[in-house]
Amino acid sequence: MVEWTDAERQAIKSVWGKINVDVTGPQVLARCLIVYPWTQRYFGSFGSLSDVASIMGNKKVAAHGKVVLNGLRLAVQNMDDIKNTYAPLSVLHSEKLHVDPDNFRLLGDCLTIVVASQLGRAFTPDIQAAWQKFLAVVVSALGKQYH
Amino acid sequence: MSLSAKDKLAIKTFFEKVAPKAEEIGNETLSRTLFVYPQTKTYFSHWADLNPGSPQVKKHGTTVVKGVLSAVEMMDDLKGGLLTLSELHAFMLRIDPANFKIINQNLLVSLALMFPDDFTPEVHVSVDKFLAQVSLALSEKYR
Repeated sequence: MVEWTDAERQAIKSVWGKINVDVTGPQVLARCLIVYPWTQRYFGSFGSLSDVASIMGNKKVAAHGKVVLNGLRLAVQNMDDIKNTYAPLSVLHSEKLHVDPDNFRLLGDCLTIVVASQLGRAFTPDIQAAWQKFLAVVVSALGKQYH
Repeated sequence: MSLSAKDKLAIKTFFEKVAPKAEEIGNETLSRTLFVYPQTKTYFSHWADLNPGSPQVKKHGTTVVKGVLSAVEMMDDLKGGLLTLSELHAFMLRIDPANFKIINQNLLVSLALMFPDDFTPEVHVSVDKFLAQVSLALSEKYR
């Protein structure tokens, strides 16, 4: 089981508290599709992703960004058992969506960058450490049910 | 994943803007690398103070970022331009190349938090590609 210190719980909740899912979700997914273009493979039905402008303006990308970031709420609310909380999501991503689990790490990295740009200096090294530990646990849980 | 003309322009423009803050970027980057990835501290056991913002961290962070800035000037031949630095890292420092990815990630985080408006997704992808190329050039002499 993952051990969280009080400081880590504080840090993660404070970062989450500053995130507006409706704004940040779209930004994170768009950034992921731009910075790691091979991730576009999972979004063939989303219409045009041919250049930066079309990705940033794509309504399906924006809508799905919100879905994905809302999914992170589950982990924030169940920090002491992320593995089991995410078991159904892991099955979904493996069996139905067939997403290479390395993509979870890429999305997580984009989220960290977007959070850093939003929080600026408030994203201190110890908050970054707690946040990245949290995302690593989420990424691991999402990959757990793959076989 | 080599650098297109568009990438090179984005990289030159962005780093021209951020160059004046090299010391601050270096401090943020190295402080975060040592703190968030404590295994990287093993390379600095000879330092008195490895905490974020310490004088040694600040000084060395500046050295590292200035190295990246010099690589911007050598974008058309990174392998050639970084030959000496590669020999340094391979034979003297013997830094495991896996750590290049770690410091690159923290450099991206530092750039994002210091220059949120300039570090757009397009700049992000070009800089990420560039840093990957720099790391490859730095690894050239390892074996």
